[in-house]
Amino acid sequence: MRTVINNPKKVTLFVQCLVDGLYPEIGEAMLKIFRKLDLAVDCPTDQTCCGQPAFNAGYRREARVAAERFIRIFEKAEVVVCPSGSCVHMVRRHYPDLFRDSPDWRRRAVALGVKTFELTQFLVDVMEVEDHGGRFDGRITLHDSCQALRALGISAQPRRLIAKIAGAEFIEMRESERCCGFGGSFSVKYPEISTAMVDDKVHDIIATGADAVVGVDISCLMNIQGRLSRMKSPVRVLHIAQLLAGR
Amino acid sequence: MSQIRTERYKTEARKAIKDRVLQSALSSVQDRLGKGTAKAYRELPEGPGLRRTAHDMRMQAVENLDLLLETLADNIGKNGGRVIFADDAQAAVTACIDIARKHEVRQVVKGKSMVTEEIGLNPALQAAGIEVTETDLGEYIIQLAGESPSHIIAPAIHKTREQVGRLFAEKLGISYTDDPPTLTRTARKALRQKFLTADMGISGCNLACAETGHITTVSNEGNIRMATTLPRVHVAFMGMERVTARLEDHDILFRLLSRGAAAQHLAGYISYIGGPRQTGQMDGPEDFYLIIIDNGRSKILADTEFREILCCIRCAACLNVCPVYGKIGGHAYGFAYSGPVGAVVTPLLVGIERAKDLFLGETLCGACKDACPVDIDLPRMLLALRARLTRGGVDRPTEGGITAEKVFYRAWSAAIRNRRIYTGLMRTARMAQRPFTGVDGMIHHLPFPFDGWTRSRDLKPLTSKFFTERWNKSRLVNDDNPT
Repeated sequence: MRTVINNPKKVTLFVQCLVDGLYPEIGEAMLKIFRKLDLAVDCPTDQTCCGQPAFNAGYRREARVAAERFIRIFEKAEVVVCPSGSCVHMVRRHYPDLFRDSPDWRRRAVALGVKTFELTQFLVDVMEVEDHGGRFDGRITLHDSCQALRALGISAQPRRLIAKIAGAEFIEMRESERCCGFGGSFSVKYPEISTAMVDDKVHDIIATGADAVVGVDISCLMNIQGRLSRMKSPVRVLHIAQLLAGR
Repeated sequence: MSQIRTERYKTEARKAIKDRVLQSALSSVQDRLGKGTAKAYRELPEGPGLRRTAHDMRMQAVENLDLLLETLADNIGKNGGRVIFADDAQAAVTACIDIARKHEVRQVVKGKSMVTEEIGLNPALQAAGIEVTETDLGEYIIQLAGESPSHIIAPAIHKTREQVGRLFAEKLGISYTDDPPTLTRTARKALRQKFLTADMGISGCNLACAETGHITTVSNEGNIRMATTLPRVHVAFMGMERVTARLEDHDILFRLLSRGAAAQHLAGYISYIGGPRQTGQMDGPEDFYLIIIDNGRSKILADTEFREILCCIRCAACLNVCPVYGKIGGHAYGFAYSGPVGAVVTPLLVGIERAKDLFLGETLCGACKDACPVDIDLPRMLLALRARLTRGGVDRPTEGGITAEKVFYRAWSAAIRNRRIYTGLMRTARMAQRPFTGVDGMIHHLPFPFDGWTRSRDLKPLTSKFFTERWNKSRLVNDDNPT
């Protein structure tokens, strides 16, 4: 698939607040992948958050503060890559919305959105590389994160990447597209509903006999992992970056 | 207005999740219809892009509602029918009772109509001494049970055959059976009597046609056709947005409605009613009335952010794919409209503050938008409702406290703006989490308000060295040192 970015030389890493604070190994896996592709990498260390939590909770003024800062930090990049579909969706779809009444900011937001990519989309559609030398001995299943899937159309890309993982057997889970029940603060404010939803997801994962469940968004995976851990399940939870980098 | 129970969202959701019977029924409906609808869209001869065409068609009608309603009323008048514009629920109900009194109505048969649920019609008629019998099998069942519908199209999905068997044994005096054909025949026999003796038939309206002066009713049981043809008076209720300009619009809209509602290519019975029996016609009521209801819709129409919800044709396709509805069922939404459409339209009709759990209590997964036959952007409006809630001078905090939450996000935005403050807070959190971290390296318990997570899930703790800290420290760019 042709995108506006062709043969980039340098990637700017939009690391995601959750990866920065809880799952730095995902960031490191991404570096390994980029290094293998001979890409120079930059990571602006004053980045904080794209503003999605505030936006989803209805606090648009606060979200806008985060958005303006984000744009200032990233707009000079050649291409921006992020391990999260929901964060990229925030930038691409909701930033222009936030700046509806400020044409200049809106223009800057749109220009940035066009060169901001979720990881699998970047690897498959921009770099056009599917085999990154990853290896996994066992069964893998994939959870389709809602924003990545429905907002960004990401579905084939992770599957094509998984298909090139040496030693892995891929099994589709029943209703891989069904929401895992995270939904941001929903998971804490409506815990019984959230838990009922993640229980369905976990049930479908376990039914595949998979050794690991893989996803493209750590927020979903954090929710799924949290439930699997409480259930003392041996099923591992991996972000696609970790799978590609060989953990 | 019907009783509003939107404040019971969390309580009813909790109950529904524990109800195994309901869970099984919801799974089964979503499995069958949710998937069936997606397939039915793919099979459209015009392709799935037809949904966008239908969207534009509905928006155009909504944006010209004043003209369409005037034209519709004129044409119905020309056919001998009478149109009443009702500002609110009370006006609509009063109009119906007045009509009933005028025509000495004692018994009413009724087709399923969500707008009549909305206005609380049945209890009002019954209080006025008029007997009302629902003729849709699902509505009949819940009427006998004294309950409210839990799904827009399949009102009794929460009931098992055993429950219906016991209900019929008790209320209809038959010996207990849970055999569906036998139960259906019993209902049919009981209802047949009601059809024949009813003085008035009440229906909703799926889509009126301004150009020809018709209302339409849609069913798979044929009950609405019978309920509106046999009795001598027919009163139809219509939400004011349910009208199209041209008859040809119905081709696209009904094909999509049927796919959205029941994964059918076209419903079993689609009836066009233009007025009372005309001279020389064999069938039909002597009098026809159409009550067009506002009840808050003109306010929605005036609001450009939410006007789009008036495109809805009440097919329930969104219910059939919603993962939240699939767990909590229809009663949790506390009003006539449940599922994703209910999460948007109910707060707009009954009050954003009062019904806030409906639009806060879901995950914005977007499955509803993909399933909607007229491509309504429900997630956009859910987000817009959340923004309205925080902006609109809310002064009544709940649980974690909207006010406390506002303070939290103000503090958050200060931290976001300044990496040093952000890192400082994260480091503090990293220290504070130590007593909560178990030997397995996971957090098993957190204090309020985060205990919602840890009651059922573990949580990975903040890492000892943030990624950005590692980057700064070891300068990983083009570094040959593997990490």
